[in-house]
Amino acid sequence: MSILAVMEQRGGVWNRMSFETLAAARRFARELDTTACAAVLGHSIGPLAGELAPQHLEKVYAVEHALLQDYTPDAYTIALRQLLELAKPSLVLFPHTYQVRDFLPKLAASLGKVAVTDAISHRVDCGKLVLARQLFQGKVAMDTRFAGPAPHFASLQAGAYPPDQLGPQGAPSHPAVAVENFAPRISPGEIRTRPLELFRESQQSVDLGAAEIIVSVGRGIQEAANIPLIRKLAEAPGAELGASRPICDAGWLPMERQVGSSGLTVAPKLYMAIGISGAIQHLVGMKASRTVVAINKDPDAPIFEVANYGIVGDLFQVVPALVEALQKSR
Amino acid sequence: MKIVVAIKQVPARDSQLSIASSGMWIEEADLSYEINEPDACALEAGLQLKEAHGGEVVALCAGPPRVAQTIREALAKGADRAIHIEREDHPALDPLATARLLAAALGSEAPDLVLTGLQSDDLGFGQTGAILAELLGLPHATIVMHVEKRDGGIRVKRELEDGWFQHVDMPLPALLAIQSGVYKPRYATLMGIKKARTKQVRRVAAADLEVAGPEGAPPASVTIERLYLPHRVKRAQLFAGNPQEAAAQLVEKLRFEARVI
Repeated sequence: MSILAVMEQRGGVWNRMSFETLAAARRFARELDTTACAAVLGHSIGPLAGELAPQHLEKVYAVEHALLQDYTPDAYTIALRQLLELAKPSLVLFPHTYQVRDFLPKLAASLGKVAVTDAISHRVDCGKLVLARQLFQGKVAMDTRFAGPAPHFASLQAGAYPPDQLGPQGAPSHPAVAVENFAPRISPGEIRTRPLELFRESQQSVDLGAAEIIVSVGRGIQEAANIPLIRKLAEAPGAELGASRPICDAGWLPMERQVGSSGLTVAPKLYMAIGISGAIQHLVGMKASRTVVAINKDPDAPIFEVANYGIVGDLFQVVPALVEALQKSR
Repeated sequence: MKIVVAIKQVPARDSQLSIASSGMWIEEADLSYEINEPDACALEAGLQLKEAHGGEVVALCAGPPRVAQTIREALAKGADRAIHIEREDHPALDPLATARLLAAALGSEAPDLVLTGLQSDDLGFGQTGAILAELLGLPHATIVMHVEKRDGGIRVKRELEDGWFQHVDMPLPALLAIQSGVYKPRYATLMGIKKARTKQVRRVAAADLEVAGPEGAPPASVTIERLYLPHRVKRAQLFAGNPQEAAAQLVEKLRFEARVI
């Protein structure tokens, strides 16, 4: 009854969040006095699975099938159900990626269970795992426990568990394990959706990742007509303009300027968050910035937890004053 | 095309939240409610598909009497009729239990397409759509940006991470969880509001829906221990005073302390 980390790859390239899940699986296993295993699904997946052999695990499963070449929720659910019958884990951990969000609820429901999605932390209480997750865009937290028979399912938020620094050689004291190949039975008729080629929308015209200073704007700006105010603020210190998701969704700024889990991860030397409350999806995209400034009318906004400097106030008054102060200081 | 859109009512986005004395839910006394924003986008997708291809849009909503307001708004925007699953228990901390109710309430509706928002603004599990697809035996796609009707089915555009997208073809009937943003919710017209009063709302009590097996309701696989307000560690140095003073202090710090401008 071990803990199974289901790793994610696309076209033979790891989703780096998988290694956070792997680290969490090892840590949970240590604290719950059990073992950790890992699995990866795909076609011709052997070499990639082999990279996990030295990763301090009890076992590595290479779940191999031609119909797992391109992700579909049907094939992944069928394959994982069969793997669970074989591996009999007590807990199955996933990175909370877009792909996992697509199939994990279906997989768990097919076994009459609910997954704890987007967990941010854990504790062990009397030998039982308690997982914490957020509600109401981070305004409220909840502790949950699993009930009933195994297996249980959880996905982990990006950044919640740092990957271990084992390096490609793994832990020298721990012998590499053999990779176990597992060939699930899947027939083409069971797969009801047909995924087509991946594509990008347009040529990127700005590289936010290379910007030294980013001025980002969020819902607080209220309407598109107010964006020039923020543009002016960005001009003063020579910054690039960024945005939170709702701004790009509304089409007020292009998607290529979106910072956060569904957009870009940036780490400039200065990040100014204007009218951004700091939902976790935004924070994961910018919290590594060297210096963070927040301007927000809500003193309880989560952005003030990651900011170094802040002004609580109406951005329509604060930003013009800030533009003036920046121009004066030149 | 017969389209069912599952919608949910949630506390208004700017609500100040506190925890109920039970520790198991939020204090609901003074809250105002609105339609879950991603569900409003799903409703819009449904209405646009109906306008393009004909058919009807049925709004499906579970909750206490107050959700009647959200149902009326959906009807005013153009849904043709609605199903209200009346339940008094507090909003299902269990998306599987909710999906079982939704599936049971659909009964013999046999829709061509079931739409949900990607996730709720309150619980944020992001699971109900995919679970409902599993219960109804339908193929599904989540994080859907666009839906195109084609011969023999639909082609959807899915958002992936890092700026990638993918088209997926699937047959009907199917379930789609719609990503917010692309389908912009419309406002109800005066005519729409007037018409909504005459539209049919089928009310069904949650207790009457057959979700339980012979042994009673299936046990939950996840239980809630408690809800709490997260411990906020505010590390920001805040600048008070009027905007000019605060801005001047901030610029001073950025230049001489952080040395970033």
